[in-house]
Amino acid sequence: MGTWTRACATDDVELEDLLRFDHGGRSFLVIRSPEDEFFCIDGICTHERVHLADGLVMDGIIECPKHNAHFDYKTGEATRAPACINLKSWPVKVENGDVFVEI
Amino acid sequence: MTHHVIIGAGEAGLRAAAALRDAGERHVTLVGGEHMPSYDRPALSKPDGETGLFHRPIAVDLAGLEVVLGRTAKGIDRETKAVILTTGERLAYDRLLLATGARPRRLACDPAGHALMLRTLGDAEAIYGKADAGGSAILVGAGLIGLELAAELTRRGMTVRVLEAGPRALGRGVPAEIADVIVSRHRRSGVTFDFDVRIERVEHKSVVLADGARIEADLVVAAVGIEPEVGLAVSAGLACANGIEVNSRLVTSDPSIFAAGDCAVIDHPRYGRTRFETWRNACDQGAHAAKAMLGEAASFETLPWFWSDHFDLGLQAVGLHDPSRRSARRDLADGGWLRFELDENHVLQAAAGIGPGTSVARDIRLAEKLIERGAFCAPEALADPGLGLKSLLKVAA
Repeated sequence: MGTWTRACATDDVELEDLLRFDHGGRSFLVIRSPEDEFFCIDGICTHERVHLADGLVMDGIIECPKHNAHFDYKTGEATRAPACINLKSWPVKVENGDVFVEI
Repeated sequence: MTHHVIIGAGEAGLRAAAALRDAGERHVTLVGGEHMPSYDRPALSKPDGETGLFHRPIAVDLAGLEVVLGRTAKGIDRETKAVILTTGERLAYDRLLLATGARPRRLACDPAGHALMLRTLGDAEAIYGKADAGGSAILVGAGLIGLELAAELTRRGMTVRVLEAGPRALGRGVPAEIADVIVSRHRRSGVTFDFDVRIERVEHKSVVLADGARIEADLVVAAVGIEPEVGLAVSAGLACANGIEVNSRLVTSDPSIFAAGDCAVIDHPRYGRTRFETWRNACDQGAHAAKAMLGEAASFETLPWFWSDHFDLGLQAVGLHDPSRRSARRDLADGGWLRFELDENHVLQAAAGIGPGTSVARDIRLAEKLIERGAFCAPEALADPGLGLKSLLKVAA
């Protein structure tokens, strides 16, 4: 079991957008869907060591800002080449206006 | 049972092979001329900024494919539908894809080939093998590959001088204002530039200019563009002109033969006859060719997009740059900026951005979607950093 760690306030992330969150030497993304749900996935592309924080969040996808790999941000699944390895996704809960990730 | 044969195991060939396999095709043969598994070509001129690593194999699952490496095709027998390899082997095909790529253009003033050129992993090993810290390098050609190499050789401790025949850097495809930013960044790291240079000849470790001046250097590299590999197509009697001619579905003048990537000049629905020389085009045309080989009728409509890295700066561009168009500039918070090009009806046609790292990526991707949709964009809205491009896209939808 991981530890629930505060990542940010809900207001820190706009709808259909992301926030980079670094913890324990590792990079994560907190992503807020247009339906106002929060998700957390690894922040580094599985294809090369590119930070995904500059990528576009749209239509359920986070796109790598360098090689256009696609990941389903709800599950971390790699859905378009060149990435073929899924991103790890992390459990998220929202409490009193804060987003927590179980790391 | 359909036999698919693919000549060329670069990005286009690989993507096509994997897409055919994923569509359930059981007889897919991929022929690659190099004696090694496919690797990432962009990394050759854009090595990892920390480690300098430039050899990155492409992680593609080859299961279910017949892969033939280290052999090339020397002919196509279109009558009997067979490819003849240099070893004499015949590969029967029902559908053939030519993904033969391109080779670097040789300097006319260097018939002996003193200047190194970059295309393959072996080329990169030869160049970086001579890139000793404290040494000097001359780069002939201030295009994207030339300047990427200039940045990398500088990072490795060399003193780099760039010689360019034209009046400015990145004269093909990059707006002048953005080229200026990139050149300034290079100068800040010590790279020097000479424009409108005429080279008389290249010798061992030196370049002689038309005015007689001799410039000596430990390493001379020429990066003056590429020429499509059309020899196989020409010898087979396929229509070729600055590339293997294909229609908008990537079909050549022979309905059983297709072409994709650097070697293909496509009748693009938006741009007419065009040959694209980018990594993403090779990927996308390869995947599209697989669909066309399976009989799908869709045209290839993808917009050209590329990125280029120079020290800490990243350039991204989408669409084809035309300096005569009206432009709008948007400044970003981190010092980067975007340049949009509109036609006379305020329809977005192209966009380019320069900024730290990948900071312009998201906006360039949104610009691509706006261009695809034929969106009308007020120049004032494009120039306003407070107005998200995503909101413009939602208006356009």
